[in-house]
Amino acid sequence: MALNSKRKAAAFVGIAAMSLVTAACGSGSDSGDGSDGTAADTKDYSKWCDLKSELTGKSVSIYTSIVTPEDASHKASYKAFEDCTGVTIKYEGDKDFEKNLPQRAQSGNLPDVAFIPQPGLLQTMVDTGKAIPATETVGKEVDQYFGESWRKYGSVDGTLYAAPLGANVKSYVWYSPKAFADKGYKVPTTWDELMTLTAKIAADDPAAKPWCAGFGSGTATGWPGTDWVEDVLLRTAGADTYDQWVAHKIPFNDAKVADALSKVGAILKDAKYTNGGFGAPSTIASTTFQDGGQPILKGKCYMHRQASFYASNWPEGTKVAEDGDVWAFYLPSVDTSTKPVLGGGEFVTTFRDAPEVKAFAAFLASPDWANAKAKATTGGGWVSANKGLDPNNLVSPIDQQSAKILADPAAVFRFDGSDMMPSAVGAGTFWSEMTNWIKGQDDKTTLDNIEKSWPTN
Amino acid sequence: MFATSVITADAGGAASRLGTMVLGLAVFAAVFVGILLLASLFKGRRGEKIQAAAFVGPTIFFIAIALIYPAILTIRRAFYSGKFFDLNFGTPRTRGKFVGFDNFAALWTTPGLPEVFRNTAFWVILVPLFATGVGLLYAILIDRARGEAVAKALIFLPMAISMVGATLIWKFVYFYNGDPGSSQVGLLNAVITKLGMDPVDFIGNAPGNTFSLIAIMIWIQAGFAMTVLSAAIKAIPDEIIEAAKLDGVKSLQMFRFVTLPSIRPSVIVVLTTIAIGTLKAFDIVQASSGGKFGDSILANEFYNRSFVTQQPGLGAAIAIVIFLLVSPIIVFNVIQLRKDA
Repeated sequence: MALNSKRKAAAFVGIAAMSLVTAACGSGSDSGDGSDGTAADTKDYSKWCDLKSELTGKSVSIYTSIVTPEDASHKASYKAFEDCTGVTIKYEGDKDFEKNLPQRAQSGNLPDVAFIPQPGLLQTMVDTGKAIPATETVGKEVDQYFGESWRKYGSVDGTLYAAPLGANVKSYVWYSPKAFADKGYKVPTTWDELMTLTAKIAADDPAAKPWCAGFGSGTATGWPGTDWVEDVLLRTAGADTYDQWVAHKIPFNDAKVADALSKVGAILKDAKYTNGGFGAPSTIASTTFQDGGQPILKGKCYMHRQASFYASNWPEGTKVAEDGDVWAFYLPSVDTSTKPVLGGGEFVTTFRDAPEVKAFAAFLASPDWANAKAKATTGGGWVSANKGLDPNNLVSPIDQQSAKILADPAAVFRFDGSDMMPSAVGAGTFWSEMTNWIKGQDDKTTLDNIEKSWPTN
Repeated sequence: MFATSVITADAGGAASRLGTMVLGLAVFAAVFVGILLLASLFKGRRGEKIQAAAFVGPTIFFIAIALIYPAILTIRRAFYSGKFFDLNFGTPRTRGKFVGFDNFAALWTTPGLPEVFRNTAFWVILVPLFATGVGLLYAILIDRARGEAVAKALIFLPMAISMVGATLIWKFVYFYNGDPGSSQVGLLNAVITKLGMDPVDFIGNAPGNTFSLIAIMIWIQAGFAMTVLSAAIKAIPDEIIEAAKLDGVKSLQMFRFVTLPSIRPSVIVVLTTIAIGTLKAFDIVQASSGGKFGDSILANEFYNRSFVTQQPGLGAAIAIVIFLLVSPIIVFNVIQLRKDA
C-alpha cells in the first residue's frame, strides 16, 4: 500500500501540472515574422487553364469549417479546375476550425488555403504574419464581381487578403405562408407594421405566440441574439453608426445601441410575444437555434428571425417556397426608403506563396466557380455575392431570393458585427451577455458588461 | 484538451512521418538501454550512485522538458498581453507586452468570471464529500451481503462511461420543455409534472444548474470511491473485527472506532483524487452548455479563454490559479501518506 500510495502521489503531481502544460502547448514555433511584403503579386492568374504546364502534378490543401454533407458540393465544384490544370485539391473539414486555425499557425502546420468565415479571424490570421496578400488578379475579380463593401471585409489595414466565397443573408423572418393566408395577415414592409402584426397575432391566437427563437448553440450559445441586435441597430441607427459601433469608435453601450436593444427586447422579452412552442421568453436561452423555428410547422408560432441557411433545418419534405409550407420575408426596415441587409460569408485566405495556390484562389473568386458551385449544390442552401452568379443556376427558391437581395443595388450590405469584433467580445461577452439578457438581465447591465470587456490592446 | 489537431490529409507524408517516429523510438530505446548497460559496468558504492543516476536521470530530464519548462512558460505568459501563446509569434503589433498583474486583475473584473470561482468552490467541496460519502455508505451496506458483485457492478458502471457520454445521458434526464401543457420528454420533469408540479429548468438557470451538473460528477465518481473503499474494508484483519465484537461494540461504534480508522489512508486518497479530478473537470460543463448559463468552472474557462476568445494571457492566469488550488491538496496528501508509511 505504501509504495502504491507514493506512486499515486507522484501521479497527482503530474496530473496537477497538466493544466499548466496544456496552456503552453501552443507555443514552440519561433519561425519569425513570416512574409513581410504587402505588395500584391502582379502576375496574371485569371487564365488558370493556360498555366497547366506550370501547375500540373501540384497539390493545394484546403482547411475549412464546412463539413459533411455540405462539403460534397464543394469538392465537386473544383473538378473543372483540377481537370484543366492537373492540380489535386485536398479538402479537410473541421467543426472546430475557428479554434484550431490560429493554433495551427503557431505550430507551423497551416493549410495552403483556409475558408475563414469571420473578418475578425482573418485579422488574427494576418496578425500571425503567415497570410499572403491577394494577387492583383484576385483584386480585379473582387472589384468586378463583389464590390467595395466585400473588398473591405476581405482586407486588413487596406490590403486585400481574401476574396469572398459563399454568402448568407441574415435579415430574414421565416413564416408559414399558409398560416398567414388563413388569418389574412400580410407580410409587413415597415417596422411599425411588423409590431402591429405582432400585437394582432398575440390577440388573435391565444394558443400560440407571434414569435419563436432559440439562442442555444453549444459553446456559441447567444449568437442568434447578437444577430437580432445587429439587424435592428442597422435599421434604427443606419449603416454608418453600425460601422462605428463595430469598430468601437462609439462605445458598445452607446444610447443608439441601447435603443436597438430595447426594440429587440420589446419583441423577445415580452411574454405575450415569445416563445411560441417553448414557453416563457427565458426558454429562448436554452432552446437550440436549430429547434427555434420548428413550432411554425405546428402552428405554435408565427414568425422566426433567422438567416437564409435555416432553410436546411426544416424537416425533410417541408416545401420551402412562397407557396409552400415555410417561406422567409425580408426583416423590414424602419420605413421602405432604406434596405439594409445583414449577412455573413467566408473568405479564401492563402498561406503558401505558390502559383498553384494563387491560381486556385483566382478560380474561387471567379463567376466560373460560383456557377459551378451553384450547379453542384443540388439540394440548395448555398449562395454567393458574386455578381457573375446566374440566379437560375441556383436550385432552391430561397437561394434565388437571397442572391437577388445580395445583388440588389438598393440594398446596403453589412457583415455580421460580432464576427468582426475582437474574439473576447465577438465570441465571448457579446454571446454570453445576450444569453444573460434573455434570461432576465436588464439592458444597461448587459451593454455595460460588454463595453467593459472590450480589449484595450 | 489539446485543441491543436494534427490531421494530415497527405497519406504519403503520414507514412513517412510514422517511419520517422518508429525510427526515433528505436534510437531512443537503444540509447536508454546503452546508458543502463554502461551504468551496470560500475561496481561498488560509486557504481550504485551512477546506476541510480542512470535510472532517475531520464525521468528528471523528461519531467523537466515536458512539465517544468512548459510550466515556466505558462507562468511567464500570464504576465503578458497578446493574442498568441508564443510571445515572439506574429506581427509586432500583436506581440505580447508585459502587463504585470493585469491578467490576474481581470479574473475579478471580467463579467462572469467571479461566478466561475463561486461555482468551482461548490464543485470542489461538494463532489469529493458526496461521492466519497455515497461510496463509503454503499461499500459498507453491501459488504458481505448477498449479490455483492452485482450491486458493485451497478454503481461502478458509470465510471466506465466517458464524462461526455454521461453528460448527454443526464441531459435527457434533465430535459425541460417550458411550453405549458406540452408533454415532458425529460425523465425528471415527466415525474415532476405527473406529481402535479410545474416542470423545472434544471440546467438552464444559475446558480441551481451548477448543482445539477455536480450530481452528474457524483454519479460518476461514487463508483470509484466505492471500489477503493470496499477493498480497504475487506483488508481489515478479521481478528480486529472479532475482537471488537467480543468487546460488544454496536454497528455504529464499529464503524466509528474500527472501520473508519482502519481505512483512513484510503479515504484520504479517494477524497483528494476526486478533489483534484473535480478541479480539472471540464467535460461535463463543456458538453452540457459550454458554461454559457452561469455554470462555468475554472477548467472550462481556462479552455474558453485560451482557445475561443483568444486571451491566452488570461487563460494562463487561470491555469496558475488551478495549479495553486491543487497544490495544497497534493501537499496534504503527501503529508498524510508520509505519516502512514
